Amino acid sequence: MGQLTTRERDLAASILVVLAVVGIAMAAAGRADPLGVHGAIVLLYSLALLYLIMSTSFGPAPDPARVSRYYDDPIKVGVAFTLFWAIFGMFFGVWAAAQLAWPSLNFDTAWASFGRIRPAHTTGVIFGFGGNALISTSFHVVQRTSRARLPDQLSPWFVLFGYNLFCILAVSGYFLGVTQSKEYAEAEWYADLWLVIVWVTYFVLYIRTLARRREPHIYVANWYYMAFILVVAILHIINNLTIPVSLGHSKSYTIWAGVQDSMVQWWYGHNAVAFFLTAGFLAMLYYYLPKRAERPIFSYRLSILSFWGITFFYMWAGSHHLHYTALPHWVQNLGMTFSVMLLVPSWASAGNALLTLNGAWHKVRDDATLRFIMMAAFFYGLSTFEGSFLAVRPVNSLSHYTDWTVGHVHAGALGWVALITYGSLYTLVPAIWKRERMYSAALVEVHFWLAVAGTVIYVFAMWNSGIIQGLMWRTYSEEGTLTYSFVDSLLAMYPYYIARTFGGLLFLIGAIVATYNIWMTVRGVPVAGTERHDDLPLVPEGAATGPAE
Amino acid sequence: MPELLHRKLERTATGFMLAIIVAASVGGIVEIAPLFTIDETVENVEDMRLYTPLELAGRNIYIREGCYACHSQMIRTLRDDVERYGPFSLAVESQYDHPMLWGSKRTGPDLARVGGKYSDFWHVAHLTNPRDVVPESNMPAYSWLARTPLRLDDLGSHLRAQRSVGVPYTDDMIANAARDAFGQAVPDSEQATGVTERYGEETQVSAFDGVTTRVTEMDAIVAYLQVLGQLTKAAYRNTAAPEQPPNPND
Repeated sequence: MGQLTTRERDLAASILVVLAVVGIAMAAAGRADPLGVHGAIVLLYSLALLYLIMSTSFGPAPDPARVSRYYDDPIKVGVAFTLFWAIFGMFFGVWAAAQLAWPSLNFDTAWASFGRIRPAHTTGVIFGFGGNALISTSFHVVQRTSRARLPDQLSPWFVLFGYNLFCILAVSGYFLGVTQSKEYAEAEWYADLWLVIVWVTYFVLYIRTLARRREPHIYVANWYYMAFILVVAILHIINNLTIPVSLGHSKSYTIWAGVQDSMVQWWYGHNAVAFFLTAGFLAMLYYYLPKRAERPIFSYRLSILSFWGITFFYMWAGSHHLHYTALPHWVQNLGMTFSVMLLVPSWASAGNALLTLNGAWHKVRDDATLRFIMMAAFFYGLSTFEGSFLAVRPVNSLSHYTDWTVGHVHAGALGWVALITYGSLYTLVPAIWKRERMYSAALVEVHFWLAVAGTVIYVFAMWNSGIIQGLMWRTYSEEGTLTYSFVDSLLAMYPYYIARTFGGLLFLIGAIVATYNIWMTVRGVPVAGTERHDDLPLVPEGAATGPAE
Repeated sequence: MPELLHRKLERTATGFMLAIIVAASVGGIVEIAPLFTIDETVENVEDMRLYTPLELAGRNIYIREGCYACHSQMIRTLRDDVERYGPFSLAVESQYDHPMLWGSKRTGPDLARVGGKYSDFWHVAHLTNPRDVVPESNMPAYSWLARTPLRLDDLGSHLRAQRSVGVPYTDDMIANAARDAFGQAVPDSEQATGVTERYGEETQVSAFDGVTTRVTEMDAIVAYLQVLGQLTKAAYRNTAAPEQPPNPND
């Protein structure tokens, strides 16, 4: 925060004072409700940040030459948040997995029972880990590909800290029993409202940076970041339209009911996968893969095809979560049809990525970071194929409600989202901290194998358990009666639940190794005279130091 | 030519943005908007009743504890679903569900028709420690529900919020919400009579957790579980044959 101007510091302090007052109001209005606890959290969070701002408020004015360089300070903090949420989210994932095998592992406490830590796991990983990774890499990529510094220094901090306040409110809420039960949108109304403010700031910041660009074209990665920011805003607002019980209650009732609510929820749920977990991470792929492989993207046309295909087709696919339900048949069929067609743009992206590596395969062998990215593209192709397959009605009749779906999402979450993130981080961290390379290439290698082994064990365990479960439910005896009771199918799951816990544990250990490696890289000394190409000043020496506009 | 067009598009941030919004909006509009107008989306039935304040409180506890993560409430039109759980679910059965709790995973069985299947006593034992009644179960124990008093004073606001999103609670129901919640769990009290007057003769008034001196969260959640699938009999009147799953032996 050392680069903030006096005006920006004052503005930050005023925002934080307002936020602190909101916290006090929430604490007072919600004193008989978990809302009061959240008021206290908002108050403490804003006071802590206010202390940070105030402690720099009499510091020297920032160096005027800063505006000719990229603004990387928020990215550094964003990377720290990413690593924290990764370990947090994956730890709760392993714990939740263990509880399914050994149910007493909640130690008879309410906050740690499966139903409460499961959303803590999903939110921690998707929004904490994934969201922070998306925000930090987008700040990195948009500046480099636009050759423009972020337009101001306060809004990136607002986006970053504001977003993490949302994550804290969401996750702490689940432990307290605050949830609206909409999967992957469990946070309650006030946290949702706050996220809208943060997200609009993010969008404006992004557009302003693009408007300052010194490149005529908007680079492919930015198409995906824009789609991610825009569509997530649309999804979030529509799915979270609720009426709170009162301003003193954390509880609210969604305005949608029954069958319409189910459609809105899975339109949201599936497109959170599309635009949060796919578009955003494809943006990483389109920047860090060519960067690391030192080769241009294989095909510009394929990039266009897959981008618009994904943007258009995905929004139809949500209803495949509702096959054979009370949702009208025609909507189910539309969802299935578009899900199958979605394979074309998805594989165009995966193929484009893998073909980019042609001529660079020796680097994949030697460089574990590039291998992370390559493996991510492979898992992306695998899980999008599986997704289209599972959306076909007869297949879905077997897989739905079973662990097969869980395996499918983890092939995506572990194999695609987490691997591309770590590949990007290993490229990004030495760049923005101006280190020659990561602290230990051997530890990157160790992480790679832990991550791949963990993913493979996890996914195979869930494929097995899911298919067995689905088959047991529909097996009939000679007499035409159901052969197995529900409990029979549950008993058959235990070995796989233990295997799944083990796979997840390996993945978690890999994340800890990565955090250690990145921490040691940051602690190292910048190597003198190794100014990297992408950190060169934006304007030639001697030119005006003010923004070019 | 399309490539040239695109090269132009990617030079303007605003134009590109608008193109994303247009491309991404079509699917959602086509699939969601008709659901609010097409008559057949939700069946019209006479006997659909509302959740009582106690049942609604129980539903909120079900949501709070994340039960939806392991139990679906949506019986599909598949033969094995129907034979295992009962008649497949109709849209009308979740007509007043804000939000719906159809779920996406069955770590435990579907609960859409669990109401009336077991005794109150079984539910209390099962929630206190699932392994006492189902030794193989991996469900967490919810023993603290029986020790936690249910908050009654704000139930009127809950009903009012429900009414503002479209559930037809009357002023009378809202005014008597706390009283009805108490009465439904304490059958011998004078408050008990109002419950069946307002919510119908079918409403189950019972000492759900076995203790009649106070109303706990256990009372509420058992009351909710016992009403699942009981709000209307429409599904039992539906004679449509379930769909056959593909035979794995073929």
